[in-house]
Amino acid sequence: MQRYILSRLIQSFIMLVGVLFIVFFMLQLTGDPVALMVSRNASPEQVEELREELGFNRPVMVQFADFVSKAVRGDFGMSLRHHQPAMELILERLPATVELASMALLFAMVVGIPLGLLGGSNPGSIWDTLARGAGLIGQTIPNFWLALILIMVFAVGLGWFPSFGRETRQFMGLALPTKSVILPAFALGLFTMGQLVRFTRSAVLEIKNEDFVRTAYSKGLADRRIYIKHILRNAAIPLISILGVQFGYLLSGSIYIETIFSWPGLGNLLAESIGNRDFALVQAIAFFTSLVVVSLNLTADIAYGMADPRIRYGE
Amino acid sequence: MTKILSVKNLVIKFHTFDGVVHALNNVSFDLQKGETLAIVGESGSGKSVSMLSLLHLLPMPPAKIENGEAWFYGAGKEPVDLLKLNRSGISKIRGGKIGFIFQDALSALNPVMTIGRQISESTMEHLGLSHAKAKEKTIKLLDRVGIPGARQRYDNFPHQFSGGMRQRVMIAVSMACNPKIVIADEPTTALDVTVQAQIVDLTKELQKEFKIAVVWITHDLGVVAGMADRVLVMYAGAPVEIAEAQDLYANPQHPYTIGLMNALPSVKGHEDSRLTSIDGMPPDLMEEPHHCQFAWRCPYTFDRCWKEIPQQIMVGENHVVSCFFDVENRRPRGHV
Ligand SMILES: Nc1ncnc2c1ncn2[C@@H]1O[C@H](COP(=O)(O)OP(=O)(O)OP(=O)(O)O)[C@@H](O)[C@H]1O
Ligand SMILES: [Mg+2]
Repeated sequence: MQRYILSRLIQSFIMLVGVLFIVFFMLQLTGDPVALMVSRNASPEQVEELREELGFNRPVMVQFADFVSKAVRGDFGMSLRHHQPAMELILERLPATVELASMALLFAMVVGIPLGLLGGSNPGSIWDTLARGAGLIGQTIPNFWLALILIMVFAVGLGWFPSFGRETRQFMGLALPTKSVILPAFALGLFTMGQLVRFTRSAVLEIKNEDFVRTAYSKGLADRRIYIKHILRNAAIPLISILGVQFGYLLSGSIYIETIFSWPGLGNLLAESIGNRDFALVQAIAFFTSLVVVSLNLTADIAYGMADPRIRYGE
Repeated sequence: MTKILSVKNLVIKFHTFDGVVHALNNVSFDLQKGETLAIVGESGSGKSVSMLSLLHLLPMPPAKIENGEAWFYGAGKEPVDLLKLNRSGISKIRGGKIGFIFQDALSALNPVMTIGRQISESTMEHLGLSHAKAKEKTIKLLDRVGIPGARQRYDNFPHQFSGGMRQRVMIAVSMACNPKIVIADEPTTALDVTVQAQIVDLTKELQKEFKIAVVWITHDLGVVAGMADRVLVMYAGAPVEIAEAQDLYANPQHPYTIGLMNALPSVKGHEDSRLTSIDGMPPDLMEEPHHCQFAWRCPYTFDRCWKEIPQQIMVGENHVVSCFFDVENRRPRGHV
């Protein structure tokens, strides 16, 4: 188990170094960043001055070393637009994104896993038809299109939900979600729901045919126990990895949904900063998102190892 | 002797995409209380199917029980037909009255559940024990089947055991609820020879102690000689001969059994005593049988063998054979 964790840690570390590299050179590839920062009628001297001030006149490798040494301390520089450290802006927007992603994941799990279990345990039944339908819908409906339909029907038409923005309810110092999260979470979580249905269903179908399930039947256990303690418990192990990956996707993949619903999260901030060519902010968000995804995958891998006794008690 | 199980005219077919597999054609046999019945036969002869079907453990579809009865005398005063039981009825029999030992304990045990839980969950289900009581009973049982340090081993997972120890756990699983019958489907095939012998001995001991009837499915006639009271020889989905073990070895009646005995090395219990060396191939089970299924490989066939399916004929006390020819006297048997 220790060796397993160590190898995952090393992998994650290498990933992050790669990400830093890409994030840094992303800026270089767009051409001269300084040219974008100054007004069109600035004199060449003024441009040169700014270049020197921001350190863009130094050799690329020196700039990279400087970038990395700051980045590991969370310093990505000032947002040009907001005149505020990029990291600060990110942390301000983080709760909204975490709320949306968690709600989306919750919806996907609560619907997807039981539906996959029901479908896989009764192939050919009405539950199976539902499960396969849900899997297909989740994978084929584009979420931005769904978001627009939801707004038209449930916000504009029926008026059940607000069509944009985030409201929270304060409770003992916590900002709790309100119904404003429901439509965006549904639109965002549908894809993940489809993934979970499909994965759970096929895992159940496969595990059902394992010898140990026949043994469980031969012991006279009730179906419920067999499905939950034997089949689902075995399916849960790979499911943990899927959940980790999906949560990372939800945390980083909400740019359309956040924009459409004017949800004040990271995706929205990213869209805005790209529009403004606010490079420090784009870099900070890109790195931060990667960090979140890599840590989630690492956590999922470790949880996977803990859940599987063959790894937990392996060498 | 009293019967614990009586199977009559069992016919099972698999309806597959390629056609109908005639897996069992008219299987009938009795099992006596506390005895060991060995079932021997080539691969595909229907040994596993006949036993799995009794506990409704075949995948249905494709399997379909077309005919037959399986009277079980160990569930209360009245016998019950296992094949007619509903889900909850058969659940009470499974594990509670009839236990199963599978061939490969590594794949037959849940890899992510402790072996202790895998045993106690069935005692909780059938005997209504509490968690704590079930655990104590399981630890005693683990100790009884020869797991050293049973209390600590309770929380171990299957992959933490050796093959032989895992098969001991499997035996404990099958006997946890004091069943009347234990069906062992080639329980030693995956093990090496010395461990095989230990498993056979352990099963015999426990069988005596708890008065369990054991059905022991095997390819290995060497094992059979050492442990079985009676032997059922299967061929192409039907029993061709059933006899007491000694009687069978001394006086085999069916040409197939005779072939098997001749193919046995003279040293009894030799590890290579497998059923491989009779000329020819077993028949295609996709064809519906219309005559003796051994006729293709039989040196004694005459016209009747190609026209009728032989029924079971008594040729001695506790000795039945399904064959039209009397090999000993070199002539067809009289009509029975
Ligand atoms: N799920 C299935 N679908 C189709 N045919 C099957 C299925 N299970 C078993 N059969 C067929 O039933 C016949 C009997 O199989 P069975 O497993 O009982 O043989 P066996 O005597 O136990 O052989 P072995 O010694 O290899 O275990 C075989 O011909 C097999 O092909
Ligand atoms: Mg078999």
